[in-house]
Amino acid sequence: MHVMSLDMFMQHFINALGLGSLYGLIAIGYTMVYGILRLINFAHGDIFMLGAYFVFFATVQYKLPWAVGVLAAILGATLCGILVDRVAYRPLRSAPRISALISAIGVSFFIENLSVVVFSGMPRPVVQPPLLMKAFSVGGIRLVPLALLVPVISFLLVAALMWLIYRTRPGLAMRSISHDIETTRLMGVSVDKIIALTFAIGSALAAVAGIMWALRYPRVEPFMGIVPGFKAFIAAVFGGIGSIPGAMLGGLSLGFVEIMSIAFFPSLSGYRDAFAFVLLIVILLVKPTGLMGEKLEDKI
Amino acid sequence: MTSAGAPVLSLHGVTIRFGGLVAVSELSMTVPEGGIVGLIGPNGAGKTTAFNIITGFYKPTSGYVEFRSPEGTRRITGLPPHKVCEAGLARTFQNIRLFQNETSIENVMVGAYVRQRGRWWQRMIPLLFPGAAREEEEIRSNALALLCRLGLERYAHSKAASLPYGAQRRLEIARALATRPSFLLLDEPAAGMNPQESAELLGFIRRLRDDFNLTILLIEHDMKVVMGVCEHIWVLDQGALIANGAPDEIRADHRVIEAYLGKDAADA
Amino acid sequence: MKCAAQSSDKFRNGCLTLLSAAAFAALIWWAASSLDGYKLRIINLIAINAILGLSLNLIYGMTGMFSLGHAGFMAIGAYVSALLILSPEQKTTMWILKPITPLLLNIHAPFVVSLIAAGLAAAIFGCLIALPVLRLGGDYLGIATLGFSEIIRILITNLTPITNGSLGLKGIPAHTNIWMSYGCLAVVLVCVVRIMNSNFGNVLRAVRDDEIAARTMGIDTFRARVLAFTIGCFGGGLGGALMGNLITTIDPKMFMITQTYNLLMIVVVGGLGSITGSIVGAVVVTTMLEWLRIVENPVSIGGFEIPGIPGMRMVIFSLLLIVVIIFRREGIMGMREFSWSWFFRTGSRGTEGGGQG
Repeated sequence: MHVMSLDMFMQHFINALGLGSLYGLIAIGYTMVYGILRLINFAHGDIFMLGAYFVFFATVQYKLPWAVGVLAAILGATLCGILVDRVAYRPLRSAPRISALISAIGVSFFIENLSVVVFSGMPRPVVQPPLLMKAFSVGGIRLVPLALLVPVISFLLVAALMWLIYRTRPGLAMRSISHDIETTRLMGVSVDKIIALTFAIGSALAAVAGIMWALRYPRVEPFMGIVPGFKAFIAAVFGGIGSIPGAMLGGLSLGFVEIMSIAFFPSLSGYRDAFAFVLLIVILLVKPTGLMGEKLEDKI
Repeated sequence: MTSAGAPVLSLHGVTIRFGGLVAVSELSMTVPEGGIVGLIGPNGAGKTTAFNIITGFYKPTSGYVEFRSPEGTRRITGLPPHKVCEAGLARTFQNIRLFQNETSIENVMVGAYVRQRGRWWQRMIPLLFPGAAREEEEIRSNALALLCRLGLERYAHSKAASLPYGAQRRLEIARALATRPSFLLLDEPAAGMNPQESAELLGFIRRLRDDFNLTILLIEHDMKVVMGVCEHIWVLDQGALIANGAPDEIRADHRVIEAYLGKDAADA
Repeated sequence: MKCAAQSSDKFRNGCLTLLSAAAFAALIWWAASSLDGYKLRIINLIAINAILGLSLNLIYGMTGMFSLGHAGFMAIGAYVSALLILSPEQKTTMWILKPITPLLLNIHAPFVVSLIAAGLAAAIFGCLIALPVLRLGGDYLGIATLGFSEIIRILITNLTPITNGSLGLKGIPAHTNIWMSYGCLAVVLVCVVRIMNSNFGNVLRAVRDDEIAARTMGIDTFRARVLAFTIGCFGGGLGGALMGNLITTIDPKMFMITQTYNLLMIVVVGGLGSITGSIVGAVVVTTMLEWLRIVENPVSIGGFEIPGIPGMRMVIFSLLLIVVIIFRREGIMGMREFSWSWFFRTGSRGTEGGGQG
């Protein structure tokens, strides 16, 4: 085991917080869609990738100001998310669930390969705004504003989302659909619109995560969404699928497991991407409902 | 009144809780060998839950279930459903659960699998294992014979999902019989039947018992069926046993009328 | 009587099966002697993909377990076979980063033995994975199997003394020829047809259609699922080994999730739960994937040079997967099977599988 100073530990801690909150932001989209449609939206990681690409094109290629670029990227990715639902999932609402799952895999595959064609397969560097990268130190720990900005923005967004879901009418409709979609439809709620809204929110959050990811690890490439996407889904399962605080908790747990185990056991770094899957299998065996999930039972 | 022998199935103080809800509480009942016994009660009384406990889908919070088979009496609580079936209990479902994409004969053959001795890999090399091949031929012809006995021969090679409703109910029973049970649980066999069909059902259930040497426990809402066929009736209300006895006693029982129709009706 | 008619049908069908098998063997003989290397390679790939498709279909289409782990089992098969076939000299020169484990250095086996070992290794891994994971249902199973397949890939990348890490293995003797691949396909096909036509096949379909009812009927559904999964993994390992010996180079990147998607496409296009479908699907998808290379190569039409679009092949491919699942969910065959009685439309809906190739 690697011995480290407190400073080093704090550095890793901040890193883990950042990575974990990014996983959490992506995980929210998975958990919301799964909670409502019982569908693993495989394309979600690719929406995350699109968000990163859009901000790259807006700011690096077209030299738009950052604020405009970020807004445009979020809007673009959100529209893509709604489009995916409309084209690939809505026609399959009454089909067996496995069909929608295969469709989701197809869409994910499609977005990735289309991105290769449109954006080219080459990774591209993202220019980090100097303001976010100006290092300062607090009590011996060197930090850049970006490292703090990521968790702060993430937590603010989660708080806003919780308010939306528990304090507004569309939020009520979402919760109601996740309990019983048919009854909600009968009560006059436009279910398709609410589902589209769910996709929109999830995609917007994924886009935000994608943008921050592109800034942290400054490059974009068409397959960058696959691994974070799977990990975020695992985070959602770990936290308890259907639960938004659970998704955040799962994301943070995964971030800490990944960063800390490599910090303490550097020889494991080659296995980094396997941790999430090990975590998944452990949680599914020990507590299949996740940390904060409710039990879904089959009716006999 | 009954042709009953010693109890084959007995529940001892069975209680099950889901979260805070007590679905079945302190249920103790017995079913005598060769009897046709009814389990009735208003909606949500816990009848199907009791069935699910007996057949191993739910584990009771407390209490236990005993089952007597030719091999002896044993506790079946805690056994997984397939072991319960192996012990000789078979059941049907309230909302028919057939293997929709398979033909009727395949449905019945699946039922016979629990008694099949040949192993799956032996069927890949039939020349080396003629015994396993012969056994399977027997299973196939027995399945066909069973379908004939239940009047389903013309559906033998039709997909289960394409059968008319009544035939699906009978196919579910045929599939249960293929497991060679000594005890059959029927969950609302008359559901969805018209009066004439349910009248025929009375004779059908009795014939089943006699032809296959069965003990039958059934849940039913249709009181004509229950009173017509059951030799003994247990009444559940809100998870607890409120009465039991012969059909005539139940018909006159104050508490039963109260449970079904409300207090006013009982007092009137 | 009816029985007599049936047995004469059986005789006719048996003859037809033998005849078509012979005709198919003649076709292979012709292909092996007169087609060029590229075409033969595609014909080989069709057989390998059919084996892989059949084995995935057994897991997914017939028993209803949504598994996304096939690429991992292929990887195990490919590596086991390659490690058994490569000569000690090849092994010493190939392991540059770290020396190969001495235990593996001198181990050597003929091709056919390596194929069986590959299948068995994948089956053992599959069984070990199945024991914890198959307790899960539906979608979780998909994501967990995908996880395992990724873990296998990561292990292969990192266990350099055994697998040569990310450099992969090169110079595997090209043992897979058209006789070998179609011979394996024939064996796999006969086994799968026998299994699915036996009562155990009925049981697997029952587990797929209604697990609760199956358990009530005395079926240990967990055991049935583990068995089907293990058998399917054997096919995955076998297919991976054949693939490695066809392409002669393997590395961890070959066995990414994309590989599983290709197989999923074969199974879905052919028809979930149909043996015939998997074979039809393998033919259609494999040839289509090759044919789609056109869009990536420059074409000149009437003097105009149209540049190829790199990556377009997979765009069209994935689009097709979506279109199939939205507009023709049951694929080409649905759950139907080819049989001679069906072929002659004699009315009786027999279930005998024909000897189609």
